[in-house]
Amino acid sequence: MAGDRVIHVTDSDFDEQVLQSDAPVLVDFWAAWCGPCRAIAPVIDELANDYDGKVKIAKMNVDENPVTPGKFGIRAIPTLILFKGGQVVEQITGAVGKAMIEAAIAKAL
Amino acid sequence: MSNDTNNIIDCLIIGAGPAGLGASLYAGRSGLNIRIIEKLSPGGQAIVTDWIDNYLGFKDGISGFELIENMKAHALRFAPSVENGEVIAIRKEEGIFSVELSDRTFIATRTIIIATGARPRKLNVPGEEELTGKGVSYCATCDGPFFRDQTIAVVGGGDSACQEALFLTNFAKKIYLIHRRDELRAVKTLQDKVLNNEKIEMIWNATVEEIKGDAEVTGCILKDTKTGELRELKVGGVFIFIGIIPNTEFIRRLIKTDDLGFIITDDWMETSLEGLFAAGDCRAKNLRQVITAVSDGAIAAYGAKHRLI
Repeated sequence: MAGDRVIHVTDSDFDEQVLQSDAPVLVDFWAAWCGPCRAIAPVIDELANDYDGKVKIAKMNVDENPVTPGKFGIRAIPTLILFKGGQVVEQITGAVGKAMIEAAIAKAL
Repeated sequence: MSNDTNNIIDCLIIGAGPAGLGASLYAGRSGLNIRIIEKLSPGGQAIVTDWIDNYLGFKDGISGFELIENMKAHALRFAPSVENGEVIAIRKEEGIFSVELSDRTFIATRTIIIATGARPRKLNVPGEEELTGKGVSYCATCDGPFFRDQTIAVVGGGDSACQEALFLTNFAKKIYLIHRRDELRAVKTLQDKVLNNEKIEMIWNATVEEIKGDAEVTGCILKDTKTGELRELKVGGVFIFIGIIPNTEFIRRLIKTDDLGFIITDDWMETSLEGLFAAGDCRAKNLRQVITAVSDGAIAAYGAKHRLI
């Protein structure tokens, strides 16, 4: 149940899944060794359910996919980036509460 | 002890780090009707700590993440699951607390244990905010691997600064440890490790005045605290470990805190307001460690139970 609406994107399908998406996409850049990434994981799962059909919620493992994080200058995780029409509209670094992420999403809707 | 009239619970525990989980274990085992609210997910600052070498019972040390997983599983044998939510206000009327959450729902409870912990203190210098996530970091375990073979700075002189600087030697080729005094505050064993590590070079009597960089950190401006002289140090990252700020803003008007916002309690962990307890790093105390946080939680739960009799 939890998390099954979150899509997992990779370097190879990032363009298609995120940049060319009609709906806004929130991408959570994470890694297994990052405690705060695990801390926000349940919030990301909840958001995927809350915004189902309105905003795509995606995760990218930065260890397995080094190209895309490099392209966006990511030097810290978790980093959340909200894309709309292929453009970056919001970026959040570090583990934050659900309310703050929702406020960022609201700007793109 | 529990009384379902108007759904008033016995004890609300706010925060699920070591203090909150310790309180949950003791309150749960003593039969109180409790709820646990956490803004993110269980763990607090311990979850970002690479290695914890001083929690008694784990003789070889344990990762912060694994310790929290164990604590959570242990607490949940006796306590209900942790709910996701953020407390924005607390009121007390006729002996009952009304706790408002950010989604505008309310919880009615007879006692409260505040275990909201603390967050990293910032330098408050130009460039810090803009470059956070672009080379400025407060979490070595999160961001260290992005600085492989680079030269970086670590700011601070306490246990955290030394511990994290040592962890960062796994990745960086050189680390400047910048401290405003001429000796470290960290415990002796950490000091020895830092001072004998060939990757770490101390910069004594210096403060960071500015962090430079555009798309990412390129350096920082240091001020010599003795001579006032300024100089630029070229680094690709700045890791800041200069202490903590208590997460007590939502409660400061209601109870006594010290000048820095840490909550003042008595030996029962009770605050200046009867029935309201505090435990862990958010409390005014001398030693902030996982072991003292868990202990505070146990005492606070015992205090809450005592108030309900």
